[in-house]
This record gives sequence, structure tokens and C-alpha cells, in this order.
Amino acid sequence: MGNEEVVIRVANLVKSYETAAGAFPALKGVDLAVRAGEYVAIMGPSGSGKSTFMNLLGCLDTPTSGDYFLAGRNVASLDRDELAVLRNRTIGFVFQGFNLLPRMSLEDNVALPLVYRGVDREPRRARARQLLERVGLGQYAASLPSRISGGQQQRVAIARALVNEPQLILADEPTGNLDSHTSEEIMALFGEFNREGITVVLVTHEPDIANHARRQVRFLDGRIVSDRATGGEAA
Amino acid sequence: MFRFMLAEAWHAMGANRLRTGLTMLGMVIGVGAVVIMMAIGQGAQYAVKQSIASMGSNLFIVLSGSFTTGGVRSGAAGAPTLNVADAAAIAELDGVINVAPVHQGTRQLVYGPNNWNSQVVGTTPSYLDARAWTVVSGAPFGDSDVRSATRVALVGATAAKNLFGDEDPVGKTLRIQQSPFVVVGVLGSKGQSLDGRDQDDTVIIPLTTAQRKVFGTPFQGSVRMITVQAASDEAMPVVEKGIEALLRQRHRLREGMENDFYMRNLSATAESQAETTRTMSLLLGAIASVSLLVGGIGIMNIMLVSVTERTREIGIRMAIGARERDILSQFLLEAIIISITGCFIGLVLGVGMALLVHAVSGMVVVISGGAVLVAFAVAAGVGVFFGFYPARKAARLDPIEALRYQ
Ligand SMILES: Nc1ncnc2c1ncn2[C@@H]1O[C@H](COP(=O)(O)OP(=O)(O)OP(=O)(O)O)[C@@H](O)[C@H]1O
Ligand SMILES: [Mg+2]
Repeated sequence: MGNEEVVIRVANLVKSYETAAGAFPALKGVDLAVRAGEYVAIMGPSGSGKSTFMNLLGCLDTPTSGDYFLAGRNVASLDRDELAVLRNRTIGFVFQGFNLLPRMSLEDNVALPLVYRGVDREPRRARARQLLERVGLGQYAASLPSRISGGQQQRVAIARALVNEPQLILADEPTGNLDSHTSEEIMALFGEFNREGITVVLVTHEPDIANHARRQVRFLDGRIVSDRATGGEAA
Repeated sequence: MFRFMLAEAWHAMGANRLRTGLTMLGMVIGVGAVVIMMAIGQGAQYAVKQSIASMGSNLFIVLSGSFTTGGVRSGAAGAPTLNVADAAAIAELDGVINVAPVHQGTRQLVYGPNNWNSQVVGTTPSYLDARAWTVVSGAPFGDSDVRSATRVALVGATAAKNLFGDEDPVGKTLRIQQSPFVVVGVLGSKGQSLDGRDQDDTVIIPLTTAQRKVFGTPFQGSVRMITVQAASDEAMPVVEKGIEALLRQRHRLREGMENDFYMRNLSATAESQAETTRTMSLLLGAIASVSLLVGGIGIMNIMLVSVTERTREIGIRMAIGARERDILSQFLLEAIIISITGCFIGLVLGVGMALLVHAVSGMVVVISGGAVLVAFAVAAGVGVFFGFYPARKAARLDPIEALRYQ
């Protein structure tokens, strides 16, 4: 694993939020490198800066200072459209609240990143269906998100995150809204995709969930306080 | 890609039908108003043009002083100040091509059991030339009929229809004030005059006969009105001055005395009326355009609300790779669809209303392809113009701010 390509490299990453009470430092200098194919769980108490960090990794937000290289590219040097392309092709983001578009069928939801990539209608539909089948929801392709359960919605969101074959999956508490049984199913999916070579970074509060990963990074008060390898899914 | 975007826009609009419908209504009313106003305005212009064309060109009328009130001194005891000799003298002036003394009034016409009130015009044959009036069947009367005061008549289309129905009037005898007149010809149709009178509701008879048998005036040879046609538009000012000088001399008016006659330049009056209708139709169009503008602002308003409401959706789209132009075109497309659909409905409604106005009031309406095209282009423009600001606002959102919304 030591020689593999570095997907994420952050150095001295700082993020301060402007609040009414002045600048609030949510990240106080974070260094981390994640290699291709890794499966990382990020843990830490509430307010320790995990989501802040994930949003920076996902190119949804910009750091106050520090460097972020994603797949070898300096993210700070990219303009808005280049960041959009990165979010479209390189990163798949999975949210705690699923974030499906409520008026669109599941198939259209999954296909949306392909639309922004400019993929034609037929291959787009074929690919979206393929992903829906993959997460076991092929028969609901034409349904609206409101017609299926939370766990199923999260599976659709994972299908959407993967539809453009990204190098990296970022998931901020993907099981936070789900019961433990459903959570296990979702984690099984992440494990499956990780074994196919996709790098996975996920945030969780639950040790059970974190144990699916092979590396655990712990945040406290805007800093990384521990970073250790674990047994992974076998554990 | 575009099909997908269309379908999406359709969905988004369908999600709030009432609101989309109300927004569209603004456009519908705006475009409908523009279309109907333009149809009526252009119709009025068209009607005026027709009237001017039917009136005859480069016309003056000289009115006897006793005929008008205010400003012009009356002749003694109501006697007209103009006479046939004045007319003959005017005819000798340079630049004058037709002169016709006229004595007219409304009288009842009788044919068998039918009777009908028409304008009876006593005049000379030059009247037909001055007014560019044709005789479609039969023949006009001549100067000899005027000299010997024969009882012959030319009937206008409306009078002919009401008196004679389907019969051919030529050769028939009608009565005016108990006197029988033989119809020698039927006049071609002229339609409405500028003041809205039906010019075909008329009978033309020799001046002399009119004065003796119909109007029974005690002032034989005097007339209240002389119609004068100048050779050309350019000749009109010269002719006007010439007539004034001539009549002042003939009427022995010393310097400082007011004219005992009054001149009207019919062509100039017509021109100014055409100008008035043009201005009116522009004004109508302008007023209607304001409602189009209001419709556009309505679109902007709703699009702004829509952008705010869908902030989170925009954030999600950005998180999965939508670029600025993707978001921009999505919202712009919605605005354009609303305005074009509204425009189309407004067009159909406007044309329908214009036709209804025509059917109900008989008002002339003109719906030109050009006007329709302009309305469409303007509506699309309004959609782009008023949709652009909200769409850009959406496209410029910060992904993380948008995702955090609510
Ligand atoms: N937009 C913001 N503006 C101001 N302060 C913020 C903002 N977002 C987060 N914070 C603050 O930054 C700190 C870190 O927040 P963050 O959401 O990253 O924590 P977290 O580790 O994800 O917590 P949790 O486990 O509850 O999700 C918190 O103290 C939070 O209040
Ligand atoms: Mg968090």
C-alpha cells in the first residue's frame, strides 16, 4: 500500500467561520494523506470539525489557509467550473440527509451527474439503471424518492455518487439517520465499492460503523488527535 | 441534454401549477393587450386610409359665411354669400381642375312603398370628378341637365339598396319632396367618410333642380358650399390664396374687413386625422407594452422566489457537478418557457378578442404577421431579460451555503 497514488493530501488546513462573535476556528491546522483504495473512518465528538473537513475535501467549501491536493491537483488554483467538474467526476458525495431531488424519479436522480457531464440520453439511462440494480433498487427506477424508505434513499444516493465512477467517495454520517440494521446494509455497500478500488472516507459517531474501515482518524477541537490502522471489515 | 432540461423545467413548473399559471397570466394579459391594441390601432389607421382614398385628393371646400358660426360674419338675412358665378370664376384660376357648387340637405326619398332618408346633393357634374366618384351602372348627368334643371338622379349604393332592394334602379323613378326623379345611374361604393358618415347613403341631382324642387331656396344661384379640387398637392397653397383674393375682390371686401366665406383644406384635415390615428395607435401600443413589462416583472418576481425556495436543490445540484451555466440555463429556460407559453396563449386570446370586437362592433381590425412576430420576440426577450437576474443569482450561489439552507 505504501507505493500507491495519494488521492488526498492536506497540509496545515485551517478553516475559520465568520460569526457575529468574530472568527471561529473550526479547523486549526490539519495534515492528512489518503492513498488510493484506502477506507478511512473519521470520528470525534460533535463540533470537532469533521463536517467542516469533509466539505473542504468535497470542494464544496474553501479553506481559510493551508493546502489541499486532490488527485495531484492543487484545489486552490481551480475556478468554480473546474471545481464543479471535480465534484462531478472525481468525487462522489453522500450526505446524512440523502439529498435526493424530491420531484425526480430515482433513475433521474441517479442520472443527474451524467447530465452535467454531457452524457447522451440512452447511455445515461442504461448506466443509471445499472447502478440502481447494483444497489438493489432496479424495480423502483420510476418511483419518486418519497415512496421509498430512508435506507433505500441512501442507497440511491450512493448509486448517484458512484454513477460517474469517481476515485473518491466522501460520506458525512451516511448512517446517521438510519437504524442499525439498515446501517449495516449501507456499510456493506461501501465495503463492496472499496474492494473495487474506490477510496472511501466517511464520518461516523459509531464505533461499530467505524470498524468497517481499515483506518480511523480522530478529530478533537479542530485537530487530528489520533490516526491508526484497524482491522477493517474482518474485525 | 436539452430534452432533459425541458422535461425538468416542465416538472418544476408543474410542481406549483397555480403559481406558474398566475405568472403566465401576467404574460397572457400583456401580450393579449398588445395584440388587441395593435389590431384596433392598425385597423383604425387602415380605415382612415380608406376614407382618405375615397374622399378625393387635394380638395378644398369654400363655405358661405352665413353657413358657419363664430368668427365669420354672416351674410344678410341668412342669404349665402357664395354663388354660382363665384364658382365659375374660381374655375378660371390657375391650378384649379374641378369646381362644383353644392347645395345639400337630408330629404326623404320614396320609391313605391319604400321610403328612406338620404343626403341629397345638388351639384354639377364636376363634383363627381372632384370626389373621384364613378358611376357603376347607367351614366352621370351632364351640364345640360344642370342648365335645364332636369329631374335626374344618381343614387349611392346604400340609398339604392334601401329603396330598390334587388331591382336595378336605373330608369326607375323615385320621389324627393313629391317631385319625381328618374334614376340615370348608380354610384360606386365609397364606404365611410372620415367623420364616420356612410358616403353611399346619398342621391346626387343637378344643382338647379335641387334648388327649385327640393330645397326651395329663395336665393336661386346662391350656394352655401363650393367644392374645389387643385391640380396637385403643391398647387394647394397657391390655389388657397388665389381663391381668397378672388372672392374678396368679387365680394368687394375692403381691407380690414373680414372674409364673408370660410375655407377648409379637406386634404390637410384628412392628413391630420391620419396623424391622429397613428399617434393613437402608438399610444395604445405603448400602454399595452406597459402591461407586458408588468408581466415580465411578475416573472422576475416569481423566479426570485423560486430560486430562494430551491436554494437547497441548487446546492445539491452543485454538489454533484452542476456548473454555473447549468444552473443558469435551467432557470432561464423556465422563465422563457413561462413567457413564451404565456405569449402564445395571449396571442390566441388577443386575436380572438380582436375578431370578437370586429364581429360585435364592426370596427376594422388588422392583425399583421409582423405584429404577431414582434409580440413573440418581445415576450421571449422579456423572459430572457427578467429571467436572467434570478437565474444568475441561482448560478452564483455558494455550494456549501446553498446546501446548508434551511
Ligand atoms: N457555517 C458555520 N458558521 C459558523 N460556525 C460553524 C459553521 N459550521 C460549523 N460551525 C462551527 O464549527 C465547529 C465545527 O463544526 P462541524 O459541523 O464541522 O462539526 P462536526 O464535527 O461535524 O460536528 P457533528 O458531529 O455534530 O456533525 C462547530 O463548533 C460549529 O458550531
Ligand atoms: Mg458533522
